Amino acid sequence: MGEVGPSPRDLAIDVRGLEKRFGGVTAVNGVDLQVPKGMIYGFLGPNGSGKTTTLRMLCGLLKPDGGSGTRLRYDIHTEAREIKRRIGYMTQKFSFYEDLTVEENLNFVARVYNIPDRARTVGRIMEDLDLACRRNQKAGQLSGGWKQRVALAACLSHDPALLLLDEPTAGVDPEARRSFWNIIHRLASQGITVLVTTHYMDEVERCHRITYLAGGRVVTSGTPREVSDRSGLVAFAVSGAGLDDLRQTLGREKAIRGVSALGAQIVVTGRDREAMERALAHVNAGHLSWEQIPPSFEDVFVELIHQATESQGKGAWT
Amino acid sequence: MDLARRFRFSWSAFVAMVVKEFVQMRRDRVTLAMMLGIPLLQLLLFGFAINTNPKQLPTAVVAGDQGPLTRGVMTALQNTGYFRVTVLTSSSRYADRLLERGRVQFVVTIPVDFERRLAAGSRPAMLIEADATDPTAINNALAAAAQPRNWVLDDVLSGPLAARLGEPPGFEVVIHRRYNPEVITQYNIVPGLIGVILTQTMVIITSIAVTRERERGTLETLLVMPIGPLAVMMGKIFPYIFVGYFQLAIIVAAAHFIFGVPVFGSLALLSVVTIVFIASNLAIGFIFSTVAKSQLEAVQMTFFFFLPSILLSGFMFPFRGMPEWAQVIGSALPLTHYLRVVRGILLKGFGAPEVAPHLGPMFVILLVIVIAALVRYRETLD
Ligand SMILES: Nc1ncnc2c1ncn2[C@@H]1O[C@H](COP(=O)(O)OP(=O)(O)O)[C@@H](O)[C@H]1O
Ligand SMILES: [Mg+2]
Repeated sequence: MGEVGPSPRDLAIDVRGLEKRFGGVTAVNGVDLQVPKGMIYGFLGPNGSGKTTTLRMLCGLLKPDGGSGTRLRYDIHTEAREIKRRIGYMTQKFSFYEDLTVEENLNFVARVYNIPDRARTVGRIMEDLDLACRRNQKAGQLSGGWKQRVALAACLSHDPALLLLDEPTAGVDPEARRSFWNIIHRLASQGITVLVTTHYMDEVERCHRITYLAGGRVVTSGTPREVSDRSGLVAFAVSGAGLDDLRQTLGREKAIRGVSALGAQIVVTGRDREAMERALAHVNAGHLSWEQIPPSFEDVFVELIHQATESQGKGAWT
Repeated sequence: MDLARRFRFSWSAFVAMVVKEFVQMRRDRVTLAMMLGIPLLQLLLFGFAINTNPKQLPTAVVAGDQGPLTRGVMTALQNTGYFRVTVLTSSSRYADRLLERGRVQFVVTIPVDFERRLAAGSRPAMLIEADATDPTAINNALAAAAQPRNWVLDDVLSGPLAARLGEPPGFEVVIHRRYNPEVITQYNIVPGLIGVILTQTMVIITSIAVTRERERGTLETLLVMPIGPLAVMMGKIFPYIFVGYFQLAIIVAAAHFIFGVPVFGSLALLSVVTIVFIASNLAIGFIFSTVAKSQLEAVQMTFFFFLPSILLSGFMFPFRGMPEWAQVIGSALPLTHYLRVVRGILLKGFGAPEVAPHLGPMFVILLVIVIAALVRYRETLD
């Protein structure tokens, strides 16, 4: 892609060609991932695209079938044990003890890591994450957002340099999501590298850089802006009467690659701005108006997947 | 070597596991109740069977005639309270069939020439055959029958024969225990029960305790933390050793005070040996938990261990009576060795020197199990 990457020693994660097969299924298929230190790195993709599997390989829970690289300069094949003390991994499904209280869970983790001043460390983390008032509640009785905080808190007692968060905001209400992201930003400002998976498109912009994964392959990587620009996607918000009928008509236009609803408007996307405007003018009977808007990341990713499959298709022909 | 790495042990991680397990154990009331309730229930059920002194057992009498002597013997038998004559026949083959099918517990045979020989003073023998498949059921009855003076009352027989009975009686009682000649006594069963109950509950508890982590997803947390297989296993085993001891105390106390099982040896010695046995069973449960995908599967698997333990350890059948292949399997089971120790200590007053030879195999088995468990334990999710 022609970018000048950061030098390897500034990379918290540097893996290439990562591969994992389950029986006949290739869950992760040649994934490259370079995550600079101190960054919030978004790892996106639809369900089943291989995000969790990649994270598990990174933290040593699964053995990669192919590829090479390091995280925190520990080799991904041989140093699964060594990485454990330096990494914090928050699983997709809450995986602490629901029959223990918040504090008991945190104490358990701190004991395992043999944290010297356990009571103070656990107390400080609970303060930091506003968990102190719930210290004596059983983890199983907390709501989704609070559970996620407990899980995050449990990743922090051993001062990890790298956090792997697997869909930490899934199923969490919008306000809790926002405060969770604030915490992530605070941690990053303290120098912790955060790799976070999500499939909420509105969370893309909260990341410094992202990688979008589909079918176990990297579709694109870069800053959110770069990714958006790279797609070359142009979007128009169209308003007016009779939009429902129009959707079908527009969908048949060659210049228009996607039509989707956005409230009372519809959004049409394509790559050739002039051709799109001609197409809109063509179907316009005088009651439509449109304006160009930045394409949503959802549209960008759909477009990028199309482009990837198209170029693969071409590759197969030549 | 990879095995050596698996033996690496983090003390803090072990303590973390132990503390966590204790808290979880305290909160999991159902399992705790089960752990303490099962031994009591089982002991009471077995104990009830052991302790009963069944009376009025169905009895067939084989006699050539129905003369006064035969009737007299029948009455006397019934007077002991243990025998209830349900069949009177002259065909010993028919009586045999009844015994074989379990329709009667005893067959009492009065030989054809019994009366004549009694009169001649040549001490004839009366034969009592017993179905000894359930030895505890017949012990008291046979004990009563073996002493004719207890049951042959003078006033039952009259005339010249009465004088012949006299003291000592002028005839003998021959007892044949059939189907289970090597009678296992009741005392054998209760101490054995200690081993059986510990086998059952200890294996299940660890197999569930680890599988539960997998089922609830907490295993992923454990695996990603620096907590080696040994610390996980020891942390899972240690708290339940206490549960095992609690069970031991309950069973021994109940056996002694409710069922009168003697305690000749040292309870301290028994406690020391028992720790090896409990740990073995907990480690076996740990192995199952590394294989099983769900708690249900884990429980089902434990039966594959529990059944041979019960059948081939010498608990159910006399060890020396088993075919050689069964003895080989039996020798590999912790229960086999523990039974000898626990019976020896409680009933024969074994001391350390007598126990030592049995302890060796127990340690070997424990070591093999622990290594197998550590090898089986996966440190990744693959
Ligand atoms: N343990 C496993 N065994 C078999 N297949 C798996 C396993 N874990 C994941 N997969 C498969 O690998 C693919 C990627 O899964 P995953 O990494 O969980 O995706 P994501 O986290 O992006 O939703 C899916 O098709 C999933 O079914
Ligand atoms: Mg996932």
